[in-house]
Amino acid sequence: MTPWTPDQPLVSIRNVHKSYGDIEVLKGISLDVMKGQVICIIGPSGSGKSTLIRCINALNDIQSGSILVEGQEVHDPKLDKLALRRKVGMVFQQYNLFPHKTALQNVMMAPIKVLKENRAEVEARARDLLKKVRLEGKENHYPGELSGGQQQRVAIARSLAMRPDVMLFDEVTAALDPETVKEVLVTIKDLAADGMTCILVTHEMGFAREVSDHVYFTDKGVIVEHGAPADFFGNAQDPRTRAFLDQVL
Amino acid sequence: MARNSLIRTADVKGALPVLLPFAPRGPAFDALFLVRWLGGIPAWLIALAALAVPVMALAQSGIGAESPFDKLLRWMPFLISKGFMFNILISFLAMALGTLVGALTGLALISRLAPLRWLAQAYVSFFRNAPWLVLLFIILLAFPFQITLFGHTVPLPGWVKTVIGLAFPLSANIAEVVRGAVQSVPTAQWEASESLGFSRRQTIWQIILPQCVKRMLPPWMNWYAILTMSTPLCSLLGVDEIISLTRQAMEAEGNRPELLMPFYSFALLLFLAYCYPIARFTLWLERRVAVKN
Ligand SMILES: Nc1ncnc2c1ncn2[C@@H]1O[C@H](COP(=O)(O)OP(=O)(O)OP(=O)(O)O)[C@@H](O)[C@H]1O
Ligand SMILES: [Mg+2]
Repeated sequence: MTPWTPDQPLVSIRNVHKSYGDIEVLKGISLDVMKGQVICIIGPSGSGKSTLIRCINALNDIQSGSILVEGQEVHDPKLDKLALRRKVGMVFQQYNLFPHKTALQNVMMAPIKVLKENRAEVEARARDLLKKVRLEGKENHYPGELSGGQQQRVAIARSLAMRPDVMLFDEVTAALDPETVKEVLVTIKDLAADGMTCILVTHEMGFAREVSDHVYFTDKGVIVEHGAPADFFGNAQDPRTRAFLDQVL
Repeated sequence: MARNSLIRTADVKGALPVLLPFAPRGPAFDALFLVRWLGGIPAWLIALAALAVPVMALAQSGIGAESPFDKLLRWMPFLISKGFMFNILISFLAMALGTLVGALTGLALISRLAPLRWLAQAYVSFFRNAPWLVLLFIILLAFPFQITLFGHTVPLPGWVKTVIGLAFPLSANIAEVVRGAVQSVPTAQWEASESLGFSRRQTIWQIILPQCVKRMLPPWMNWYAILTMSTPLCSLLGVDEIISLTRQAMEAEGNRPELLMPFYSFALLLFLAYCYPIARFTLWLERRVAVKN
């Protein structure tokens, strides 16, 4: 196999099928994400958005098809999972911070324990990252002492500390109060502006329109329609997309 | 708490009662049943009971002959220092051994190696359900009274065997506490850890178990209280703990029937008084854990 080069898609998904038992949740999904691109996946509840995103970092397995991250097959049984997970960062809807560790420790843990990096270097980087997500001064707070939006930004910093090449965001603002949604969206926007490759599942249509290079609409396990945001939101063709957009906009 | 969930009633008017599943009445099983009961007793009641012996001795003094309470008062220092302290020692040692074995068994219960899991499951099922006294007798008879280790002959007195015998059922219950605590950690924690590249072993030791310690502490202390209250079983194996010594003291006093109630009540009181602060502390801990979550 030829090595991956940045002119090829960083994430390449081809005809992916995934079932839970007898129920097929993904029915042949294909999409490409180039380096530095931000794509949004939108669609009704249960359409398989989370499932798809979890397949990209091998939290879920797939029945057929292929998912390449930097040219490496994610569902190769011989895959080095650690190698994959340093490349792919993931942020969850429920933040999932480690409750027994402070914000700073949450960010530092994986680089030290998993990558065996030098503690002093990691700490400097972690402090920088917390500053970047605008949480200066909260380093020694435990997750239980932070608001939802603050916890989510710690979770983003925690993922970034592994220096991933692509970030996956699964409805990261869905559990937040309306006031704190914005601070998290701003953080993601900063990241995108810095050139981070992002795959976002979101219900924030205004945000999707503003931040993304490409929007995918999924329904019942297939991609119904996709396009550049201006096109997609202004000129949707499929009646299912229109019905969905009418409902959420 | 699923306390009331066992009592089901029909919400719908006219629903057929026969369609409702049978559910036994009463509170649901509770991992803290002993400390909840004991800790629920008001402190003044315990204090009052503790004063009963000296007060009774005082009230009955001057009748002429020495009253049973005077006799008990005389025996008390001996019963506590030679008897009850030994119960405490046994409880400490059995708890230490049982916790060690139980923690390892608990980890085996969540192992990905199926044979190891089955083995641990069989161990836990058996020792959780076997009667403690029968186990104690088996250990007493099955173990030799001395063992030779690396050329040294170490005597194995009865009390050491009772420590081992109590540690078996205890470890099985501690294993279940560990398993329960691990399973109470949301799976999302496993996934977050996995997505950051932690191995399974790292996840268990660095992410999951540290979160469990606080949850394990209350049921672990409940088991300590149960264990302590079970140490009198050792008297049946000839260990000189409080109950054996109480019996010997009554014999020395002529085995009079009026001694039975004061002497045994005193032993009972010792156990309750010792476990009472533990129970209160456990309940306080449990409330703190509940508030934090
Ligand atoms: N672990 C699982 N086992 C069985 N079925 C599952 C599992 N996870 C998800 N599903 C099912 O797969 C389908 C897709 O779920 P998924 O979570 O991917 O949807 P989603 O698009 O993310 O929805 P939402 O917007 O509500 O998050 C749903 O019908 C769901 O019930
Ligand atoms: Mg979802």
